[in-house]
Amino acid sequence: MQSAALKGGFETPAVQSAVAFREIMTAMARPGHVSHVTGGEAPAPVSAAAAAVILTLCDADTGLYLAGAYDTEAMRAWVRFHTSAPLCGPEACSFALGTWDDLRPLGRFPLGSAAYPDRSATLIVEVAHLQPQGRTLTGPGIQDRAELSLPAGPEFADNHALFPRGLDFIFTCGAQLAALPRSTRVL
Amino acid sequence: MPDAAHIDRRGWLSLLAKAPDAEFLPLFDALGTLPDFDWLRAPEVGSVMVQGRMGATGAPFNLGEMTVTRCSLQLPGGQVGHGYVQGRSKPAAKAVALVDALMQTDAAARLRADILAPLMAGAAGRAETRARKAAATKVEFFTMARGED
Amino acid sequence: MYVAVKGGERAIDNAHAWLAEERRGDQDVAELSIAQIREQLSLAVNRVMAEGSLYDPDLAALAIKQARGDLIEAIFLIRAYRTTLPRFGSSKPVETGAMRCERRISATFKDLPGGQVLGPTFDYTHRLLDFKLAAEGVAPEVPERPAAEGPVPHVAEFLNREGLIETAPAEDTPPPDLTRAPLEFPAERALRLQALTRADEGFSLGLAYSTQRGYARNHAFVGELRIGQVDVAMEVPELGFAIDIGEITLTECETVNQFKGSRTEPPQFTRGYGLVFGQSERKSISMALVDRALRWEELGEDNVGAPAQDTEFVLAHGDNIQATGFLEHIKLPHYVDFQSELELVRKLRREAGAAPMQEAAE
Repeated sequence: MQSAALKGGFETPAVQSAVAFREIMTAMARPGHVSHVTGGEAPAPVSAAAAAVILTLCDADTGLYLAGAYDTEAMRAWVRFHTSAPLCGPEACSFALGTWDDLRPLGRFPLGSAAYPDRSATLIVEVAHLQPQGRTLTGPGIQDRAELSLPAGPEFADNHALFPRGLDFIFTCGAQLAALPRSTRVL
Repeated sequence: MPDAAHIDRRGWLSLLAKAPDAEFLPLFDALGTLPDFDWLRAPEVGSVMVQGRMGATGAPFNLGEMTVTRCSLQLPGGQVGHGYVQGRSKPAAKAVALVDALMQTDAAARLRADILAPLMAGAAGRAETRARKAAATKVEFFTMARGED
Repeated sequence: MYVAVKGGERAIDNAHAWLAEERRGDQDVAELSIAQIREQLSLAVNRVMAEGSLYDPDLAALAIKQARGDLIEAIFLIRAYRTTLPRFGSSKPVETGAMRCERRISATFKDLPGGQVLGPTFDYTHRLLDFKLAAEGVAPEVPERPAAEGPVPHVAEFLNREGLIETAPAEDTPPPDLTRAPLEFPAERALRLQALTRADEGFSLGLAYSTQRGYARNHAFVGELRIGQVDVAMEVPELGFAIDIGEITLTECETVNQFKGSRTEPPQFTRGYGLVFGQSERKSISMALVDRALRWEELGEDNVGAPAQDTEFVLAHGDNIQATGFLEHIKLPHYVDFQSELELVRKLRREAGAAPMQEAAE
């Protein structure tokens, strides 16, 4: 294994993953809120925020699907060394990483069951811009309305209609991160 | 198992993972000055799920976990060392990773003689003693008639 | 119903302080070290590792010391610690055929390759208290004899050659893990074996004994019992190959069970399997008997309604930490529940007392 793949992990995993977890949880609890996470460095083209999310949330029990340009030999080696997460296809994954275009169609991912809605995938979507402006969000964790620069299309409304089943989304751009749980309505 | 002069990387990492701290760490400390290094993965204590096979040869099942400590580091020359040890000793994991990295340098011959050979002898000696004690408890049956022989 | 009640902090702190003093006992007596427990109470350490489901003799010894010798409390401490560890992955299945045996006996074949090796067993002791142990001991001397090289074959292999025993063909389906996903019934055999190997020894023993006494009798012989050391190997992704990451002691029991045949299977011997951390012989034999009883369905046997045949009963009640958690919680405050019960009984009595008087008045 090339030593490049062995670099870019958290230097103090206990502290850095706790900090990152708090940021991810806040983003998930407050849809539209843009957080910052750093500390991880994965092979290109993976953003710092996506690297931190993977280091924090993925382990040997969570299958990871690398989509499109993110499925490189260097990235596979990095994931294996730093997280032990098994690399798998979209049908069996707990997490998926890629651009919006690479990840669609979303019907391929586990949506959970009525008995176990937690057995669904979380998609880490790398985006070119991330700001609290754009499509309107309402629902739990939002006072009245929030806005987030989301891709266009009916996917979020379709996903919300499946509640309590459905996918959750983390959007990453550089060190920035925002989240969209299945409970949020996108107008 | 080949002797210490020929043991490969799989062999020395397996030997070091199982070596008792009380045997390995004094040998390691006796090496003297050690090179600088960078952590690729600082020592961490975790577990590995041990599997068995149903009926000894069939499909696997989960037997329970064991504690394991691991780390990875890199020498200034670029050599990467990995350390895995049974139990919860971070100093032992670091020492294994350093030995693993140094085995890829011209210090290898010295390490084979000063670390690997005594550890192999120690492991073989312990196994031999237990096997000899077990052999002494083997039953010799005395029967009235014993077939054709 | 649970209601948060404040108070009791001082009482709890003082109870903990007294607990620590009682744990230490008479300070004129030397304190136990972890190493002493690990070396001299090793079968207790083995039980805590097996039922705590974590192989680490030093931690198990510490847990026994902290729990004042209450092994279920010690197992609880180990289970709690276990949950804090990141899991690096799974080992390759251990090769018990390559075990460096300290003990290896068969109740079915007298003259088997490798022989009957008794090992450090209680079996032939007279169970008379040895008062010499109450005095300062001198180190016992252990006889040694030259040992044969190499591993000894499993007994089941001999019967396999005649086709008289069911085989256990190798396969590599990743097994389910009850520490990661909740138990669902019917549970497949891999899940049952995982639950049994960490189940309470007393519960397993009682169930296994019930099968011997006729509740789903399955005529078990100990085909082989072996205790010894095996290497644990794991694939290490950053290396690209497997290395040994440790060496553990295991107890393995294979029972050979009489089987008259069924709608689906020919008459042959069937097998029950026990594999347990450490030197845990009673537990391993119990596990094999219960495993065999639970296999009634796949072997096409009748369900006679015995507890040892009921997967849900066995798996849902065999875990002593789940059991003790639910059992012991009823001693904690239930003031509000009880208050409502009290009100109800008073009301029923009032109504029962009022009724005859009302009848008399009419």
